Amino acid sequence: MSIPLSWYLILSAALFSIGLFGVLARKNAIAILLGVELMLNAVNVNLVAFWRYLDPAKMAGQVFAIIVFAVAAAEVAVGLALIISVYRRRKTVIADEIDLMKW
Amino acid sequence: MTPVQIIFLLCAALILASALMVVTTRNLIHAALWLVAALFGVAMLYAILDAGFLAVVQVVVYIGAIAILFIFAVMLTRREMRDRGPQLRKDWWLAALLSLLVFAGLAFLLVTQPGVNRSAAVMPEGLDTLGKLGAALVSPDAYVLPFEVASVLLLAALIGAVYVAASKK
Repeated sequence: MSIPLSWYLILSAALFSIGLFGVLARKNAIAILLGVELMLNAVNVNLVAFWRYLDPAKMAGQVFAIIVFAVAAAEVAVGLALIISVYRRRKTVIADEIDLMKW
Repeated sequence: MTPVQIIFLLCAALILASALMVVTTRNLIHAALWLVAALFGVAMLYAILDAGFLAVVQVVVYIGAIAILFIFAVMLTRREMRDRGPQLRKDWWLAALLSLLVFAGLAFLLVTQPGVNRSAAVMPEGLDTLGKLGAALVSPDAYVLPFEVASVLLLAALIGAVYVAASKK
């Protein structure tokens, strides 16, 4: 294990920024959720890297990563269900056109 | 350069290139498949980090369930979106600028922290991380409450997803 901790942190910062770009710049609501997935993975890389580099005997980092897995699964299930429901009613998945509640 | 560093750099290149394809490619099915590649790279990172169980969970849950769910959702909503105009908003350069700023800020904060170049802590001899992880998830002294809350959240989300997505005819 001769990799400095900073390599993991820089990699996950880059992955987070790419996901952020996807969330901000994409039109399609499903593509926005893909960007959110990238951001959640960046967070998980950080958590596991800190677990390994600081104190492997305490399991907090891995436990937190597993809870992020569960939350990501819940988020994708609800998000895609909403998108499919919106698509059925409005025949669009473009986030800009789903503006019923926009004042 | 040690071998593990070279493997890490290859993983990092795979992850970043796939992630860039996820956010830029026009075809959403291809974007979902690139997401699978990026998630696989992250699983390799977990393996390098001695978190074998998380690597397996990453492949089973993320690639096996979440990415497949994405592909299904793309197929169910595809007709409208197929190659209809550009996939990025007109002001995508603003988003790119903001993401670059976030990355620069994060990287600056990281490299100025003390101890960021530390190398990994020594694994204690014969440490059973998988056993400890399982015990931590169900032990009342550790994380049984967050674990149960997460499972209730997952159950509620799945029931909600079925309710929202079901057609009310």
